[in-house]
Formats: sequence, structure tokens, C-alpha cells
Amino acid sequence: MAYEVNGKTVEHDEEGYITNLSEWSKELAEVIAKAENIDMTEEHWEVVNFLREYYDEYQIAPAIRVLVKAMKKKFGPEKGNNKYLYELFPYGPAKQACKIAGLPKPTGCV
Amino acid sequence: MSEQLDDKAVEDVTIDPQAQADPLFAPQPVAGKTRDWKSFPAEEKFQQPLGYPGPKPDDWKERALAKMDELRGKFRSFRVFLDICVKCGACTDKCHYYMGTGDARNMPVGRQDLLRSVYRRYFTLPGKWFPSLVGARELTEEVLDEWYTYYFQCSECRRCSVYCPYGIDTAEITMAAREILDSVGVGMKYTNEIIGKVFGIGNNLGLPKPALQSTLEDLEEEIEEDTGVKVRLPLDEPADVLLVTPSADFFAEPHIDGLIGYAKVFHATGEKWTLSSYASEAANFAMFIGSYENMRRIALRIRKAAIDLGVKRIIIGECGHAWRAAYSFLNTLAGPFDFLDPNYPVPQHICEYTWDAIQKGKLRFNKEENDWIKLTYHDSCNVARASRMGDYPGGQFDIPRNIIKAVCNNYYEMPEDTIKEATLCCGGGGGLLTDDLIPLRKAGGSPRMKALKQVREEHGVNKMAAICAICKSQFTKVMPDHGFAIDDIMSVHQLVSNAIILPGSEQEAERDGADDEREKETSA
Repeated sequence: MAYEVNGKTVEHDEEGYITNLSEWSKELAEVIAKAENIDMTEEHWEVVNFLREYYDEYQIAPAIRVLVKAMKKKFGPEKGNNKYLYELFPYGPAKQACKIAGLPKPTGCV
Repeated sequence: MSEQLDDKAVEDVTIDPQAQADPLFAPQPVAGKTRDWKSFPAEEKFQQPLGYPGPKPDDWKERALAKMDELRGKFRSFRVFLDICVKCGACTDKCHYYMGTGDARNMPVGRQDLLRSVYRRYFTLPGKWFPSLVGARELTEEVLDEWYTYYFQCSECRRCSVYCPYGIDTAEITMAAREILDSVGVGMKYTNEIIGKVFGIGNNLGLPKPALQSTLEDLEEEIEEDTGVKVRLPLDEPADVLLVTPSADFFAEPHIDGLIGYAKVFHATGEKWTLSSYASEAANFAMFIGSYENMRRIALRIRKAAIDLGVKRIIIGECGHAWRAAYSFLNTLAGPFDFLDPNYPVPQHICEYTWDAIQKGKLRFNKEENDWIKLTYHDSCNVARASRMGDYPGGQFDIPRNIIKAVCNNYYEMPEDTIKEATLCCGGGGGLLTDDLIPLRKAGGSPRMKALKQVREEHGVNKMAAICAICKSQFTKVMPDHGFAIDDIMSVHQLVSNAIILPGSEQEAERDGADDEREKETSA
């Protein structure tokens, strides 16, 4: 189970989350997104970049509520809402966007 | 061959659409229909923190039988349940996974027999001498594989036990089977990875303290923006009340709105309360895998947090199995709690707390805030069938409803045989709330969805409330398939949060202002 990026293989788990977080790259994100049937646009990158910044600080992905609020602050209300985020990442901004951002999957009753 | 015959048998049965709309409709049984619906197995790194072996050892069979022997000696109920079944058939159509899949192994008796047949072969005289006459079979790799599949297609909801004339509890057999599987290195990734996170970080989510702190501060800001009142969500502060809630309440929707509701209630009653970063999880997934040792380790975290923070009371947030683990087992797992205030139940449910405050007139509501909602309530299995609230039987059914009716004008019940002690599982309980079991979760959730659709058609119900983190997350995944929106599942304390009028809030000013206006109008 691995992604191929520029002739390099990057291991992932059964669900496509990469196992070694330091192996993430922008090119890899495009590859993961493709496997998820998502074409990365600037809007997708805005979310992915925020998730990575948040993870760097807190070692976990943000709650949806926190993500929505941060997006609203940064990009305005038309991007700071649940509906918008689900349109970008239909399988849920927490799980799908995390996977593309190279972060571990949020676990538990979520 | 048998597969082909089975498929044909299904096609031949014409099902009346009216029967199919019945929430309790049970299809014709098909053997092995869901045999390929398997969850991801736990790698060694997820087994090790729980004290379980990694890959299956060579002597797995001896170890499995030794474990079964140990469990039948330790738990009399387990042995009685295996011995006492008379194959009356009362349970066969009572499991939501059977109703949703039609796989005969999902009939409760079919599920029990997977283990019972092996128990008979090795631990009963007739089974040792005449195995084929008494349905006894050898423990083989295939049998073990079947256990892994079908004991992770049971949500341990205990609905079948309500209808069994002997009270056989399939959940207990499932838990034992999972414990045996774990003891031979055949664990489930979802449950075991999560339990490891509780030991390492303190909660299922893996949410470290700084992230938790920052999330709580965000919520405080949000409440102040909405109400104009500074409502605190204290973390690791000395207090009278320790609130232990599922970590999903810090992360997921609509859970987080429930958390906001608890905070508002505590604020309005003037309670000195706190959350703990060490015990930042009410859930106890070790119960799902039948592991007494791991369950105890998780429960002891609550005890330690309560002592360290010097609290007098422990209150549990909206979480179904956490309430079972706390209500039924906390005292024996982590007691005695003689350092807590004996005037309050140990532990107490947040719904008991809120209902008590409502009865004492400590909370003020504007029910009209919820007038756009036509609500029904889903009884979560572990609250309904494995615990109680208040001081009388059935309190666990009444108290959440009492709260709902105090804050909501439009309330409707789903059909009688799908609520309270007969409630249908959400389809994601018992450690099955994982993406790799989505087909099973959707099939198992379908009876509940049919009952919900019935009240939508009859009364225009547009929202359903629950007091379980698993139910809430499960319904956000299942309800959209049935014409509902992702946010049509709500926390009970979210409804409380919508309607509550905090002292000194904008809502209070508006309300009392409006009352003044009205008074003026009537006097004029």
C-alpha cells in the first residue's frame, strides 16, 4: 500500500492515510487528492494549508467548528461555513482533507 | 453453489412495499451474505499497548480455548447463556443487522452459535462424545475467521435480550468472543488503536491538552458572541464538579453544540465545574472488546482526575456506552468513591443534572427558539437497556424526554416498538463506528431510518435528538441517504442551548423587553 510520487513510493495505511507524516509533499497531496476523486484547486489548498499549520501547532486536526471559524476570519463568511467545506471535501472536511494534508485520521466517535 | 441457491431464494420472494416500509421488517435469511464485511485487523503496534499479542501465535488454538475456559469460570452469566438456549426462535428477527442484511449469522441465535458450537465441543460431555449430534464443532482457522467477521457485526445493543425468554445477552457473548480473539492476536484496528490513544493522550481522539484548551477558548468566544455573556469552559481547574464527556464533544458536530449546552447550564446554575485533560474521555471502548483489565485502566483515569482536582461530584456527558460503563461499572472498576459528596449519585448523568435544575426553577427558557423544529428522540441502546437515570425504573426514558419537552414545543414519538427498551440501535455502536464497516452501518441503521421516516410522514418531523456520541456521528453518515440533512441529528443539550436564557444575556434583554412591550400593550 503506497503512493507513487516522482518515482518515489510513500507508504499509506488501509484507508490511504500516509504512515510517515514527514514524507508529505505538495506533489503527494495532488496524488492523494486524485485517488479521492478531487481536483485540487486554490480553494482546496486554502483548507489543506490551514490544517497543516494547525497540526504543526497542536499535533491534531482542528474541530470542524474551529476550522469553519478560522476560514471565516481569513476568507470571509462565504468560505467559513460547513456547506462550503463539504462541497470541497464531500467525505467530510475532517477526514478527507486530513488525508490529503498528510495528517493522521481523527479517531473515536467522530 | 449454496450462494447461487440463496440468491435465487431471495429473488423469488416478492416483498410487499408496505411490509418493507415497516421498521421491523425482517427479510428471508440468506447464509453468508455479509461474510466479506470485515473491519481492518489491528497491527501489532495497536495490540501491544493493550497487553495483547501481535500476529497470531502458533499455539493460538490452545490459547483461545484456555481463554474460553477462563471466561466461563469467571463469568457465570457467560456459561449460563451458552448452556441455556432452547432455540425457540424469539430472537431471530430482533437484530437490526439481521433486519438490514438478512444474513442468518446476524440472527442473535446464529451469532451466539458461532461460539456456542465450539464451547460444546470442548467443554460439555455430549459435545466431546457425540459432537455432530449436538451441533458441536472444532475450533479451526475458518471458525476463528468467522468469529472475527460476525462478532464485529454486533453492536452489543442488547435488543435481542429483551425478547429472549431466558434473557440471554448476546452482547456478553460478543464481548467474550472479542476478548478471546484479542488474546490470540486477532484484534480490531478501530477499537484497539483508540484504546491505545486513551492510554497515551487521554482521549479517543488523540486530542492533546493545548489543542483542547484552545478549542474550549474558541467556544467561550463563540458563546459570548451569541449571548453577550462570558460563559467559561474550565480545564484542569479546582472545582466541585468534574465533567467527563466523550472527546467527540470537543470535535464533532452536533456534539460540540451539546457541550456548549452543558456549559450554559452550569453557568446558569452557578456551578463550579471543570473538565480534565487527563480524563478527557468518557467513552470506554475496552467495554466493547470485553476487556476487564483495559476497562479498569480507563476508568481509573476518571478516579485520578477526580482526586487530583479535588471535586465533590462526577458528571458524565452525552455518551451512551460511557453511561453504561460509568453507571454500572465505575464503582467496582475504580471505587470506592468515598471522597465524593454522598448527597449526589456517583456518577451523575448530565441529563439528571439539567432536569434537576429545571425542576428547581434554576433555568429559564424561551421554547420558541426551537419552534422551527419538529423533533423526535432516539433512545440510545446503552442508556435504554443497560443503565438507568433518576431514582425509578424507566427514568432513563423519561428524563431526556422531560428536558426536551421543557425546551421544545413540537415533540413526536417514533413507533412504540422502536423506542425505549425496544429501541433500535443506530447501527454504529459497540465499536463498529468505522469507515471500513460503512455498508454494515448503513444496513444496520435502516430499521431506525424507517421508523424516523414514519414520523416524518405522519407529523412532519425534521430533526432527531440523541444523547450518545456514537449515535450522533453514525446518523450524520446514515441520515443523508434517507432524505435528511447532515445536521438533522441534534444533541439534547443543543436544544437546551438554543432555548436557554442566560442571566444578563442579549436573549434576556430581548425577552424581558418584549414582555414589557406586551404588558404595555395589554394595559393600554
